[in-house]
Amino acid sequence: MPAGTRSRPGPPPPAREDDTLDSPAKSRATHRTIETVFRMERARIVAALARFTRSVDLAEEFAQDALIAALRSWPETGVPDKPGAWLIASARRRAIDHFRRAKMAGGKLALLGIDAELEAMPEHVEPDQGPGDEMLGLMFVSCHPVLSTEARVALTLRLVGGLTTEEIARAFLVTETTMSQRIVRAKRSLSDAGVPFEVPLGPDRAERLNSVLEVLYLIFNEGYSATRGDDWMRPQLCQEAMRLGRMLAGLAPEDAEVHGLIALMEIQASRMPARSDAEGRPILLLDQNRARWDHLLIRRGLAALALAQSLANPPGPYVLQAAIAACHARAPTAAQTDWMHIAALYAALISLTPSPVIELNRAMAIAMAFGPAAGLELADQLAHDPALRNYHLLPSVRADLLMRLGRHEQALAEFERAASLTQNERERTMLLERAQACRAKLEREVTTLGI
Amino acid sequence: MRFMIIVKASKDSEAGVMPSQDLLTAMVDYHEELAKAGVLLDANGLQRSAKGWRINWTGGKKTVTDGPFAETKELIAGYTIIQVKNREEAIEWANRFPNPQMEDGEIEIRQVFELEDFGESEAIDRFRELDTALDK
Repeated sequence: MPAGTRSRPGPPPPAREDDTLDSPAKSRATHRTIETVFRMERARIVAALARFTRSVDLAEEFAQDALIAALRSWPETGVPDKPGAWLIASARRRAIDHFRRAKMAGGKLALLGIDAELEAMPEHVEPDQGPGDEMLGLMFVSCHPVLSTEARVALTLRLVGGLTTEEIARAFLVTETTMSQRIVRAKRSLSDAGVPFEVPLGPDRAERLNSVLEVLYLIFNEGYSATRGDDWMRPQLCQEAMRLGRMLAGLAPEDAEVHGLIALMEIQASRMPARSDAEGRPILLLDQNRARWDHLLIRRGLAALALAQSLANPPGPYVLQAAIAACHARAPTAAQTDWMHIAALYAALISLTPSPVIELNRAMAIAMAFGPAAGLELADQLAHDPALRNYHLLPSVRADLLMRLGRHEQALAEFERAASLTQNERERTMLLERAQACRAKLEREVTTLGI
Repeated sequence: MRFMIIVKASKDSEAGVMPSQDLLTAMVDYHEELAKAGVLLDANGLQRSAKGWRINWTGGKKTVTDGPFAETKELIAGYTIIQVKNREEAIEWANRFPNPQMEDGEIEIRQVFELEDFGESEAIDRFRELDTALDK
């Protein structure tokens, strides 16, 4: 039940009550409210305490203590008006107690270098007014280069996203024990390496921010690759990556690539309602029903892209990828896509991050803009690239272009080759169907020729 | 899941009285908090119903009526759409919404439909097929 007795803007009453429920139900509702509030505020508490205690482990421990304190006192007093501030203050008090005890026990506090800070510590802080540096610091630490990519993803979701270990395990299709060990190891690596909690400045900052963007996009893609029938936690990863991205935009508003990544994710996510049919089979971008795209997300994506482009000079890889996605989002029908612009954007992307996979995408765009022969010429240049040797999209693209050129026999062979290379069952089915279509065309040709 | 926080109209909003500075500040503060948490998707205020109109279908007959409309409390003055993890979180965010009117105010919170919300069932699969068929 929603509880609330606020009547005016400005300073609201100190606590909320709900008299319409009887006692046990009321207490259950209060507990649920407290747990929800805690989940919503957990990252901020951990961020503030990690900066203070220089330890993620301690930060999590004191955050948990704050939850226990809330569960003890909020059922009596009601949920305070600024629950986040209350929880952080409570966790800090626990941390101060902890360090005072440690000081008395071993006099080691001075060695930790936080003695003076501790003495100057006000009992009540107003974290709402803080610059958000603590949260940014927590994101940077979770995505620190000393950690493996797997560990960065897990730690970001646990510490910044506030997902439970069980939820992360389900999303990544591993056991809870495996995920829990991964997180424990990651935290140990951070403390072993003595990773500082401050936000770095200068070129370091750009590099570290880039690592955060990479992790968020990985999380997004993990969710985006989920198919129907998968655990519901997997598609949730897209929502979480987008939420963290939007949060990051508030913390690093001047960074064009942050807005570029948000634009890219929002526009890609806008296609989710249209990208598979009733049986869960994938529908290619150009065959999707654009009326089913989420136009609220498209509008948000285009706005983020405009902002990114106004900040970026020249545009970085995420801004360019978002610009490509935006070309599709802006086209009312697939036939109206501005392929020349897309081909140019791919060329710019290649100059920043050379990759045969992007070359292949450019070949496809060139084919759409200037005809299949021009695209095939480019794709053929990639045919011997060792990086693409087992990449199913190369034969798949070549097959598509050969088919459009009426070279059905070669197209058939390439579709079959692509089908043998893909790891995705549904994609294989689709490729074999296209191979079958080639075979039908070939047979028709034979009949027409009277052979 | 998405929720829409619907702000109901008031005598003032229907009279076209602009909100006070205090109220605007409270609303901006709240929406900034939503944005900082990454849950804000959309928010807009609506102009008074005097500038709107209604289209009504009764007994196969279509009638267009110009505003303003009398039943102020049934009218909408604005909305905010949030994307949250669960219903409890929506309840918590809604509880933090400031009173959107200078005097008596009301908000109404509604969950936005998503096909996935129904879970997997034969009926929903048929609904999806119907959807796809209609789109063609």
